[in-house]
Amino acid sequence: MSVPRLEIRGLSKSFGDLEVLRDLRLRADRGEFVSILGPSGSGKSTTFSILTGAVAADGGEVLVDGRPLEQADHAPFAFMPQKDVLLPWRRIEANLTLGLEVQGVSKAEARRRVRPLVARFGLAGFERHYPAQLSGGMRQRAALLRTVVQEREVLLLDEPFGALDALTRTEMQRWLEAMWERDRWTVLLITHDVREAVFLSDRIYVLSPRPATVIREVEVPLPRPRTLETLADPRAARIEAELLESLLGDRAPAA
Amino acid sequence: MTVTAVEAQRAPAGRGRARARSARRQAVLALPAVGVVALLLAGWQLYADLGDVDVTILPSPSRVVSAGWDARDVLWANTLATLRATLLGFAFSLTVGFALSVLIDLSGILRRALMPPLIISQTLPIIAIAPLVVIWFGFGLTPKILLVALVTFFAITVALVQGYQAAEPEAEQLLRSMGASRLRVFRMVRLPTAMPYFFAGLRISITYAVVGAIFAEYAGATEGLGIFMQNAKNAFRTDLVLAAVFVSATLTLALFAVTILAERLLIPWTRVARGGERPA
Repeated sequence: MSVPRLEIRGLSKSFGDLEVLRDLRLRADRGEFVSILGPSGSGKSTTFSILTGAVAADGGEVLVDGRPLEQADHAPFAFMPQKDVLLPWRRIEANLTLGLEVQGVSKAEARRRVRPLVARFGLAGFERHYPAQLSGGMRQRAALLRTVVQEREVLLLDEPFGALDALTRTEMQRWLEAMWERDRWTVLLITHDVREAVFLSDRIYVLSPRPATVIREVEVPLPRPRTLETLADPRAARIEAELLESLLGDRAPAA
Repeated sequence: MTVTAVEAQRAPAGRGRARARSARRQAVLALPAVGVVALLLAGWQLYADLGDVDVTILPSPSRVVSAGWDARDVLWANTLATLRATLLGFAFSLTVGFALSVLIDLSGILRRALMPPLIISQTLPIIAIAPLVVIWFGFGLTPKILLVALVTFFAITVALVQGYQAAEPEAEQLLRSMGASRLRVFRMVRLPTAMPYFFAGLRISITYAVVGAIFAEYAGATEGLGIFMQNAKNAFRTDLVLAAVFVSATLTLALFAVTILAERLLIPWTRVARGGERPA
């Protein structure tokens, strides 16, 4: 088997007495869409914090293309947080170029690279607007564009659609799936939406409650491109049921 | 979303009319305040005219205006001197206030070291400090710059420090994930976040600036509205004292208007967030 794009080996982390991650292991191959599914507060976001360098792990290894993260000459991850955190004082265009600017790319060059993506992300005509003037869905697309244009090895998406209303969320999931079909980014998606995970992923890791460790790994062999009908596929329903069962375990429904 | 795009293109045409409408609305909103001031002036005028009051005690408003107009050359020259002291002092205050805010934001130790002395500096009675500062630094510009800075820097520093702390941790984490240094995070996230706070502090401190300069001049100066007032008072020219008071109030109002204008020009996004006009 080839070297995976991203491999996490035995990651562990405690905050004081609170053990958050225990021997977390997962991998993502090049061009693979992988989701991490887990209950709230199970350490999913901590995992991303470790990957982006905001938090130091207590133990374990992160390998990108077989090389330890510490040896990488640049940050291999492009991170999209739960909130879109578009900077309100920057117009959309300046928000989209933010990551490139931080990388040291000139403003003109950054704009040149962003420009062809703007229309594909449904933001044409809004380059000169401020974030406050955009709808929730548009803001989320802008945040994803800002992430993608950094051209990093792996995209880290932390519940990107969590704050959207149900209809917009479904629309965004379909849109993201279509975008991914074309570009085949390597994606690590955090979610607690089972249906979202099934619809988008090639593979899904289910985490236990704290301390988080992988309790289940599920392949999603559904054909692509995926549509609303994909969700009606009995195989999809079976996977969903399976995931829900491992998430809820033998916990009895609350009385 | 196409609807919004069309709206955005259409906006400039309707903007002139909208602006005229909003100017009219503002004028109507200002009416009660204008009425109260007019009423007070009219009462003052009547009392001074009919009450047979000595002009060295209370001259009528019309007399204050005419005396001020007659002395306009010397009043203007002294106004310029005060304005220069105010602006130089305020520029110094901004520099020091900003530098202090950065130091305080930098580390907890600096914060604990700097905040108490800064707060103590605000408890000093200016009326006692001003003559001392003049004794130490002479009759030139230096004591005025220092006193203006002393009464204005604190609001600016406190506002900035509070503004930095309002920065979203998620935004900072995002920039760190992009590989930004701490300085860069400060420049790209913390500083812009603090701007609306800064302008709130600026509006407060600018109203103290002119008064601070006049205080310094009152304690000893060769020119300026403060020394003009003192000389007029010593000559029992109450009308000229009041004329100078009127000028200094106008000066403060003008500087206040400048800060409002600067705020509109420099942080347009806050008006957008509140549903104000669309940017071009």
